[in-house]
Amino acid sequence: MKALDPVLRSVSENALTISFGDSIDPETNKRVFQLYNRLLKNRHTSWRDVIPAYSTVTIVYDVLTIRQTHTAAFQCVRDQVEKIISETQPEENISNRHVRVPVCYDESFAWDGERVAKEKKISIRELAAIHASKLYHVFMIGFLPGFPYMGSVDARIGMPRIATPRTLVPTGSVGIAGEQTGIYPLDSPGGWNIIGKTPLKIFDLCASSPVLIQPGDQVRFIPITKEQFESFDASTFKFVVNES
Amino acid sequence: MSLEVIKSGMADTFQDAGRFGHQHVGINPNGAMDLIAMNVANALAGNDFHEPVLELCFPASTLLCKKPSLIALSGANFTGEINGTPIPINKTIAVPAGSELNFKKTAQGVFGYLAVHGGFSLTFWLGSFSTNMKANAGGWKGRFLKKGDTIDFKKTVNNFNEIRVLPWRANVSEFYSNPEIIRIIRGNELAWLDESSKKKLAEGSFIITPLRDRMGYRLKGESLTRNNNRELISTAATFGTVQLLPDGQLIILMADHQTTGGYPRVGQVIGADRSKLVQCAIGSEIKFYHVTIQEGEDLLISQHKTLRQIQLTCADRLGEFLKSVHEY
Repeated sequence: MKALDPVLRSVSENALTISFGDSIDPETNKRVFQLYNRLLKNRHTSWRDVIPAYSTVTIVYDVLTIRQTHTAAFQCVRDQVEKIISETQPEENISNRHVRVPVCYDESFAWDGERVAKEKKISIRELAAIHASKLYHVFMIGFLPGFPYMGSVDARIGMPRIATPRTLVPTGSVGIAGEQTGIYPLDSPGGWNIIGKTPLKIFDLCASSPVLIQPGDQVRFIPITKEQFESFDASTFKFVVNES
Repeated sequence: MSLEVIKSGMADTFQDAGRFGHQHVGINPNGAMDLIAMNVANALAGNDFHEPVLELCFPASTLLCKKPSLIALSGANFTGEINGTPIPINKTIAVPAGSELNFKKTAQGVFGYLAVHGGFSLTFWLGSFSTNMKANAGGWKGRFLKKGDTIDFKKTVNNFNEIRVLPWRANVSEFYSNPEIIRIIRGNELAWLDESSKKKLAEGSFIITPLRDRMGYRLKGESLTRNNNRELISTAATFGTVQLLPDGQLIILMADHQTTGGYPRVGQVIGADRSKLVQCAIGSEIKFYHVTIQEGEDLLISQHKTLRQIQLTCADRLGEFLKSVHEY
């Protein structure tokens, strides 16, 4: 399905959503990120959060601040957004970062590797190779601090979530759910099929920006061996390969 | 070393008005469940509105004030006692060094707030002092308080001879009136409900179930059914979103909600009614009443004006009191 013209809706008396339809596809998400980048460049001080998702951007705003100068906060933010939309060219290029994430697909980390491979009638090696063969787009971050929803995986390895979620999936686990792939930034309960693990700290509490992978990034997985995993040194690893 | 936890509570955390600007990377706002009570407690303690407070859940921690302070409790009433003497909520209390504060039972409400004059010394993380339990960040070591934790007061006051409940009181009744009526704005997927379910949502009663925490409150009512089986694509979620679960029941997202969600949204509780909803006991019945966005905004503004008035009055009275006891 194609991206539609943006529709503005209130979702709360302090939040407005701009929707580009209801499908998960790169074209729709491209429109989302064109607008998202535009909104960030023209951000108003009363906007507390600008949150991109698959087909929507949501702005959370401070009603009390806006009402000091306007009689209706929603109208005010809607006008601000409409002005920005009218100035955004649909063909406008978005400059996404390309980043690299090392992944060890060793069976000691790939808790669901064997099951997924068996079900998809491929070998575990093929599963890893197919997973690492694509450049993935980060559609949005959600669920946990820094959990990237990336897509889309090759149909040969797409798998629905496991029926009974695990109570603990370790930090760094790389999983597949449907056509999406993701990385657990923290130890957490979870239902994604775990096929590997990254030694990269994608969530670092002490960093000034704790979340490494940003919405809109293009991600490539770099297969590493267990030995490389164990001796991994983030300080010598080139995470961002191009920033345009 | 000012406030020591001498007995662990169940889920006490430090919170402020919330952590904003990081939801695009999945870091949710957190913040006090009952922002009004947080602000009232701060006003009574002579603080600014944004000062972090201790949010208490019953059974709450038993606390030892090792240094003197002016404190205030607001929100839920957990029948507080200082050294065995009952103390009221919504009043300023002068507390001598060595006082023990404990809580007997829930008289009313769910989340209580403790503010101290000048505030607590806490960890600042990404623009807020609120506790983020998922990231184990902010507040006090990013977790529930436990026995042995000792938190500093930022401000020192001279000692008091005895516990004194100061004679003024914050009148909070307008914030919590008609607790059974929760006003909502139409949700984006309200049209996904079939006709009889729309009627049930507008006219039926819903009960607050024990399945509730800082992430969400699950309700029990007549099961609601949909007129389609479309799947909602995950999109940003907010505090107060009323979502329809696959079993036909509702959940209302609270302060620790995930940043994105994929259940149909049938309504959105207005900001002005969040505090009274948050304080509804298990088993209480609520009804939803639809209002417009503009009404929601106006109610929030009017509520804020009342809060400002309380804050100004408290600041005056407290200023006079401090002068009279020559604290400064």
